[in-house]
Amino acid sequence: MRTWPPVLFSLVLASIAAAADPPARIVSVGGAVTEIVNELGLGDTLVAVDSTSLHPPAMRELPQIGYMRALSAEGVAALHPDLVLLSDNAGPPPVIAQIRSLGIPTRMVPDRPTVEGVAEKVRAVGSFLDRQEEAEAVARDITEGVEAVSAVVDTIPDRPRVLFLMGLGRGAPTAAGQNTAADAMIRLAGGINAMEGYEGYKPASGEAILAAAPDVLLLPSDAVEAAGGRDAILAMPQFAGTPAARHGRLVAMDTLYLLGFGPRLPHALADLARALHPDRTDAFPKPPRGRS
Amino acid sequence: MTCLTARDGAAALGHWGFLALLAALACAAVVASLAIGASAIPPGTVIAALAGGDIAPRDAAIVLQLRLPRMLLGFGVGAALAVSGAMMQGLFRNPLADPALIGISGGAALAAVAVIVLGVPAAVAGLAGPFALPAAAFAGSLLTILAVQRVARGDGRTDVATLLLAGIAVNAIASAGTGYLVFGSDDRQMRDITFWTMGSLGGAAWPVVLALAPFALGAVLAAGRWAGVLDALLLGEREAALMGFRVEPAKTGIVIVCAAAVGASVAVAGVIGFVGLVVPHLVRLVAGAGHRLLLPASALLGGTLVLLADIVARTVVAPAELPIGLVTALLGGPFFLWLLIRRRRETLS
Repeated sequence: MRTWPPVLFSLVLASIAAAADPPARIVSVGGAVTEIVNELGLGDTLVAVDSTSLHPPAMRELPQIGYMRALSAEGVAALHPDLVLLSDNAGPPPVIAQIRSLGIPTRMVPDRPTVEGVAEKVRAVGSFLDRQEEAEAVARDITEGVEAVSAVVDTIPDRPRVLFLMGLGRGAPTAAGQNTAADAMIRLAGGINAMEGYEGYKPASGEAILAAAPDVLLLPSDAVEAAGGRDAILAMPQFAGTPAARHGRLVAMDTLYLLGFGPRLPHALADLARALHPDRTDAFPKPPRGRS
Repeated sequence: MTCLTARDGAAALGHWGFLALLAALACAAVVASLAIGASAIPPGTVIAALAGGDIAPRDAAIVLQLRLPRMLLGFGVGAALAVSGAMMQGLFRNPLADPALIGISGGAALAAVAVIVLGVPAAVAGLAGPFALPAAAFAGSLLTILAVQRVARGDGRTDVATLLLAGIAVNAIASAGTGYLVFGSDDRQMRDITFWTMGSLGGAAWPVVLALAPFALGAVLAAGRWAGVLDALLLGEREAALMGFRVEPAKTGIVIVCAAAVGASVAVAGVIGFVGLVVPHLVRLVAGAGHRLLLPASALLGGTLVLLADIVARTVVAPAELPIGLVTALLGGPFFLWLLIRRRRETLS
């Protein structure tokens, strides 16, 4: 039984009426959205996040409202938020409709896995939180950071073939095709997606992987751990005959960092570009400490 | 031994006494599901909300827009599933029969997954909007049952064994179709599908409750008409016919009503396992196999258990929530195993 100060009540009413004061109790849904709220210096207004909001690490201490596509209306309402920020991938739609019907202000943040998409995301969150100027600065930093990486990538002629695998769980591993965040990252970092001819994520047979002849395997760090480490993966029969296995090139990166298309995009890109072009590691900007 | 005392207790209570006891349990579950949730709302406030009193609008909305429709939906789904399960088990004279067995759930799931993956044709979208998924699931279950019945009917009779086998074949085809669609879906749709096939009452809203109500009520009321013929069928089909029951129309009617009730339940809440299978067994343990008591008691107990499972689902990981099918399977699975072991022991001794 929590009684909460009447001050908050008036805040809720005020935010419904005119959004004059910046929201004081925010629920954020979507890893990148949560990162942006923190980037704009409003991390301490967050009262709960979803299970994809893993960064900064402090977010893992907050109450969990579950996976972003399986939200619970009463669970969100119980936190007495005066604003719910949702990635436009959040759901299910009936639950979001219920949250709105309770009179809780909700805002949808567009989520496109492109450089412009990140800037758009940052500006959207900035306008919802009345932090337009800060958002503009963050968006500019991101765009310039990506341009700095692209400038170096453009000077490198060779384009390694990269295979991104979502996981090595059961049966055939799931590989990223076109129109995926992984595909966009590989291209921005100066690589070629080794998997061609389909969209989204699909299970890839051993033969298809051999035929794709990847120079580099790219995997989420937790998938590498789950599969028993780098060497175990490179020794698997479906990879053993690939150039990547011959040269021992396997890159492991945190899923949200690599695919989140949030404020850390330039650093994630620089990290990936360094891994794809090992002879040019010094040419790419170093991320500040504590970023990845 | 406990079983015996339970039987004796039920006998002492008598028909109406036993139903009154179950109704009291159902009332308790109804009250609990309105009073308990992720938001801490004092009981007084809940009562005031129901009575239209003057309370904070958000609390009133949580009680009236979230908990009340969710409670009604949960009770309706539980009653529909349990009463359908009881009728199916009686019709097939097979304690393991439940609506999933003759392909109803499979057909409903296939249709729903098809809508998620392939999207809704524009013409239908304008018509159905948010109800595209339930409508598809419902159509899927009905088409499945009609196909299975076609296969099993010959010279005016429905052969129960063939119906079961046809159901199993249709289930296999439906799950292959679902599997193929899952293969072609992206990560996001996959999550939706998984969540949907595990069942949830999270989408409860008044229009959804109204959509389910005729099917759930219809199944429970229609079940009463068939109590006599189901009792006679326990002795065998020929015996039932000799006793003067018109077996064929009853068989057709039961299958169609069950398909409609289960299809509607799957459409509004996804696949919630074990309720249709376990609840009738629980009732038989205490009250015997007579359908006059079994059918209404199953409806009451089914609704009660789904409400209790939903309370667990919405509070145990609050502010998140679990799919309810997970809870019913976790509780129902071990219970069913225990039941099977007990039956083996009885037949051996």
